[in-house]
Amino acid sequence: MITPAPLPWVLIVPLAAALATLLASERHRARVALPLVALQWLASFALARQVVVDGPQRHALGGWDAPLGIALVADGLAAGMVALTALVAGACCAYASVYLRDKPIANAYFWPLTWFLWTALNGIWLSGDIFNLYVGLELLGLAAVGLVALAGTATALAAAMRYLLAALLGSLAYLLGVALLYAAYGTLALPDLARVAEPQATTHVALALMTLGLLLKTALFPLHAWLPPAHGGALTPVSALLSALVIKASFYILLRVWLALGSGVAPLAAAHLLGALGAAAVFWGGWMAWRQTQLKQLVAYSTVAQIGYLFLFFPLAFGTSLAAARLAWDGTLLMLVSHALAKAGMFLGAGTLILATGSTQIGQLAGIGRFRPLLLFSFGLAGVSLMGLPPSGGFGAKWLLLHSALASGQWWWLLVLLGGGLLSAAYVFKVFQQSFVEGPKRDRFESRSATLELSALALSLASVVLGLAAHAPLDWLSRGAPFAEAP
Amino acid sequence: MSTALLYAWTGVVLCGLGLFGFIAHRHLLRRLLAFNILGSGSFLVLVGLAQDGRGADPATQALILTGIVVAVASTALALVIFRRWYRVSGHSALPEDV
Repeated sequence: MITPAPLPWVLIVPLAAALATLLASERHRARVALPLVALQWLASFALARQVVVDGPQRHALGGWDAPLGIALVADGLAAGMVALTALVAGACCAYASVYLRDKPIANAYFWPLTWFLWTALNGIWLSGDIFNLYVGLELLGLAAVGLVALAGTATALAAAMRYLLAALLGSLAYLLGVALLYAAYGTLALPDLARVAEPQATTHVALALMTLGLLLKTALFPLHAWLPPAHGGALTPVSALLSALVIKASFYILLRVWLALGSGVAPLAAAHLLGALGAAAVFWGGWMAWRQTQLKQLVAYSTVAQIGYLFLFFPLAFGTSLAAARLAWDGTLLMLVSHALAKAGMFLGAGTLILATGSTQIGQLAGIGRFRPLLLFSFGLAGVSLMGLPPSGGFGAKWLLLHSALASGQWWWLLVLLGGGLLSAAYVFKVFQQSFVEGPKRDRFESRSATLELSALALSLASVVLGLAAHAPLDWLSRGAPFAEAP
Repeated sequence: MSTALLYAWTGVVLCGLGLFGFIAHRHLLRRLLAFNILGSGSFLVLVGLAQDGRGADPATQALILTGIVVAVASTALALVIFRRWYRVSGHSALPEDV
């Protein structure tokens, strides 16, 4: 029997699902969408398995090869991200099917927009050229802004508008960089660019423009102002998708572009500047998270902080020894994956806590620790990974980054890792402290469905288990990647 | 200076104007128009620089067509959100700028 290659299907299924849910009547969209999640899981994990077993895959859409056609490339990292997207988005869809039941308008538009988002994400993971990445980035931005606006309140609309302006500015800066690179080298494919790029003014300006645009989209400090209102004000399953996956997409593009152009082309000072901004993000985000009084705003500021760790990759991997670079690569990937799982779990958990207490305030959580322990448990597990306590994925990631900092002789990044961990402990325990307050307040909490609690728990649990068995996934993610040739 | 380079430099000037408008103005409609000028500027840079001394390049033109479609879609979405925001809040600028 001939089985079709799964690579194009991870794009075809979500795109078809987006159109199918748009065509279905508004009341039935959730029922149309959910079976398609199972189909998309099948395609995503088939692709991941194929890459692990047979090595990196390539597919020219419609038989047209570059430059006119679009070539899809799945190496270990891309396939890993496709699988991660399937896990997180699948859990968010399960959560949304219950959460949105009493919100008819949001329920009607959540599904097509989420499927477009899924298409854009997979398009970005699998792109091998910088223009296709631009198209993916724009589609992702439009779908994400639509999802933020779904909440329909004035605050959410303002957040969506601000997010849209930031996203548009960011992608135009990126596009200008693409234009300069194409003019200078006549190619858009990343591997070709890596071969021909030289350290000259055009390349530097192009790289600076692309980096700036992507930093704005990734919300790295000090360009993060749009993130907390957008992520904190959106509907809960949307917040989880945005924090876990959407900002990772622009970081992923930055990673790909820097890996192709960074070594030998970009000045080392730029890599150190990115690391310094990351460090500032860790402290500023952690401090702001601790000061919040609303639960989802706290989680959103925690995202600002956690993004900072990802940017430690640049000073640790460029201009250092191969051993240090490889440790930084593994640590950053582990951080990326475990943050995606933990943050999605934490947002879903926070949303359920808000449903249970009927209030967005952290102060209203009193007593919930005794009456709804399972709910608090999934929030706490995610917190363990964010704080970087063993045996979670967050711990493994920080451990690898710590070794990389020592191996490259840059001890000052240790302060960021330790200080950031303390700050995240402070804001996670702030939530716990309120939850275990025994007050006269109440002993009845709203409970909707076990699906809500289970989908949050599954993601948080995955982020902790990842730390126990990090070796195999890291090995898969490194298939066909840089720093992975020698043992 | 070749015609293509003239286009590219015009594009750079448009980008500058657009960026200035985007930052200087508070009214969302003006910012949206500024964004469109910025977009047109970057398309001109792309078409001018890439075809300088090389003649017509189908890849560049396909890229710009895609870019125009994306810009139109973003503008439409921004207009919808702006109208809704105006109806809900009565403001024509973001809350921090009112």
